[in-house]
Amino acid sequence: MSLKYIDEYRDAELARRYADRIASLVTRPWKIMEACGGQTHSIVRCGIDQMLPAGVELIHGPGCPVCVTPMSTIDAAIRLASRPDVILCSFGDMLRVPGSSSDLMTVKAECGDVRICYSPLDALKVAAANPSRQVVFFAVGFETTAPANAMAAFLAKQRGLANFSMLVSQVRVPPALEAILSSETHRIDGFLAPGHVCTIMGFSEYEPLAERYRVPIVVTGFEPGDILQGLAMCIEELEAGRSRVLNQYTRAVQRQGNLAAQAMMGQVFEIAPKVWRGLGTIAHSGLRFAAPYRELDAEQRFDLGAESPEEKSGCISGLILQGLKKPVDCPEFGRGCRPERPLGATMVSSEGACAAYYRYRRPLSAAATEARHE
Amino acid sequence: MCLSVPARLVEVSNSQDALTRVGKASFGGALKEVCLAYVPEAKVGDYVLVHVGFAISIIDEEEARFVFSFLEQAGEAEEPLQ
Amino acid sequence: MSEPEAPSCGLPHSRPERILLAHGGGGRMMQQLIREVFVKALGAHGRAAEHDAAVFAASGPRLAFTTDSYVVKPLFFPGGDIGKLAVLGTVNDLAMSGARPLYLSLGVILEEGLAISELERIVGSIAAAARDCNVVVLTGDTKVVERGKADGIYLNTAGIGAIEHTLHIHPASVQSGDVVLLSGDVGRHGMAIMAAREGLEFETPIQSDCASLAPMVHDLLSAGIEVHCLRDLTRGGLATALNEIAATAQQSISVEEEHIPVEESVRGACEMLGLDPLYVANEGRMVIFVPPAQADQALALLRQHAHGEAAAAIGRVTAQPQGCVSLTSRIGVPRILDLLSGEQLPRIC
Repeated sequence: MSLKYIDEYRDAELARRYADRIASLVTRPWKIMEACGGQTHSIVRCGIDQMLPAGVELIHGPGCPVCVTPMSTIDAAIRLASRPDVILCSFGDMLRVPGSSSDLMTVKAECGDVRICYSPLDALKVAAANPSRQVVFFAVGFETTAPANAMAAFLAKQRGLANFSMLVSQVRVPPALEAILSSETHRIDGFLAPGHVCTIMGFSEYEPLAERYRVPIVVTGFEPGDILQGLAMCIEELEAGRSRVLNQYTRAVQRQGNLAAQAMMGQVFEIAPKVWRGLGTIAHSGLRFAAPYRELDAEQRFDLGAESPEEKSGCISGLILQGLKKPVDCPEFGRGCRPERPLGATMVSSEGACAAYYRYRRPLSAAATEARHE
Repeated sequence: MCLSVPARLVEVSNSQDALTRVGKASFGGALKEVCLAYVPEAKVGDYVLVHVGFAISIIDEEEARFVFSFLEQAGEAEEPLQ
Repeated sequence: MSEPEAPSCGLPHSRPERILLAHGGGGRMMQQLIREVFVKALGAHGRAAEHDAAVFAASGPRLAFTTDSYVVKPLFFPGGDIGKLAVLGTVNDLAMSGARPLYLSLGVILEEGLAISELERIVGSIAAAARDCNVVVLTGDTKVVERGKADGIYLNTAGIGAIEHTLHIHPASVQSGDVVLLSGDVGRHGMAIMAAREGLEFETPIQSDCASLAPMVHDLLSAGIEVHCLRDLTRGGLATALNEIAATAQQSISVEEEHIPVEESVRGACEMLGLDPLYVANEGRMVIFVPPAQADQALALLRQHAHGEAAAAIGRVTAQPQGCVSLTSRIGVPRILDLLSGEQLPRIC
């Protein structure tokens, strides 16, 4: 009853051997950032950080596209979903992310037609089936999702689906890592680069970063075996004083990436500056529609306003996304901020560091105290 | 980043246009239609990584052993395996 | 029962194909519906609907009494329908106190426009499930609401059972050291529903696991197993049931991920959608808390049943920290197995 290319990498013996290998390599403390929220989730859920020798600290990075979607974009999605002439299609992840005063789940319950889609192509089907209504797809994601979102735009234009548009919040990883590396406050020695982003983009973009900042960067997968191997490879580099870009996730990633996917992305999108929730504007870190596709941009088709809402006070997700604080450092963690009433996105997204810590890592005694009071 | 799951391709459509090529992938018996536009060489029997209904990579069977073979090496590798 | 007053509102000439508001009006159309659909399927006892209450005698010093409402969408899914669920769900609730299920009431809310052929199918399922479980539908009620006010049909069943043992089967009876048994693989019902809703296909379609737990409970009690607690796993899955018991019992429960049986296609579908099978709904699965000395015997008894073939010992009750559930992952590290704040949603991250 095992799932191929999944269960082999969740083996307890494999994990233990990697933990032993890492322990035998380490002679000094190291701080390694895993860039991707999926890796954070796996680490916290499987307790990988608890298998490591004391000197190795894992720092959780900003690789959660749900967490970094600007609050103003969430508010825009809410305003669209509240319109009677609009069907808003979205990935499930976005439904509970807090906007300035509401979230899509609440709008869905109250008045809005909000539909969860597994794939952007499902949103195209909704548009074809509802010609008299506007269908907006909330196109969130890193480079992994960009080719799928691009295909939806390409097909919509090709088929003349005039009632289809997309609210885009696409982000790119390398500029965000560079922003972190160029900050004076960072303490990161090495990176695990996001494996599925690199499946699409390859990893040549990381080579100038590794060289300029002298940090090893290892393209890493998501299962416990992958993450432990990625850590072992990164620590080997650090102990030897090297800072190369290496590939752990060789079964899925090649240096040049997926050229067909990149071609479609290049046709539909162009690089642009982007606001990251909690981090501010990072140059070249987003994607927007290229000129031939601007007619599909929901921000142009609808009047969505241009507010800059403030985060709820007490939320430090910006510091958490940069790896400067851990969720348990936040005074509101588990008190004023919980998944049912989150202050910020990192407590709600399944990939958010705060959500991962809350779900899997609250001290058992604290969890028991809460259970008694509920 | 981004949940992508390995699945075995059990069916591939006959399509002249690579962009409209679709197939059916099996996740341990659960079948889902997947767009094959980004894996033009994929054929029935291949394992592909699926993200939001799109195959984004063909899993290399030989490289899949790397997680195990790395531990079998005695010391550091001379060249990074890329 | 009086005729409708307005002369224009006459009886249709031929048998209607769909439920009309008049079917809930208390007049001839309603009586015709009750007779031709409900009494026909459920038998003579259905005549109790003509009185205000059913009268019966029950044996045993204690009775168990439960009620549940059923609003599942879609109405029909692989492995069952809302009618079958409405019987089994309430029968199982009675079985969870170790009661022998005896009688059910059946409350029906019909949406105007429901196809009568669908209603007949559902009532047929109710009748078949009741026969299989050896329970009688003794009384009932039917209402009709306007189109749009119900998803086709809503059902409520209340159940009465006789308790013929002297145990106190309840979370309060759970003790440190108790072994936690699980009667079968988890996640099937929720994934069968999701498959029907989302158009997920399967190489072998996932059937809902909805089934009666009463025979397995009966065997355990007859064999003298000192059952401390039973809980059927419904919405929120195994993780939710364990958390509820731990909180009520003020004990902690520790389970091992690799001992929890999950069928391959359920795992595959969950991986694909980003769902955790431990939180997915079930309809024919239970956890059983027994003293460690009787665990092996209890497990052997469960495995003799068709619905208990995959039964497994999945964990233990520990004294502290209190009220918590922990899961040891496949790679050997323990973590909290928490309650979810809302329902699980499919995700891309």
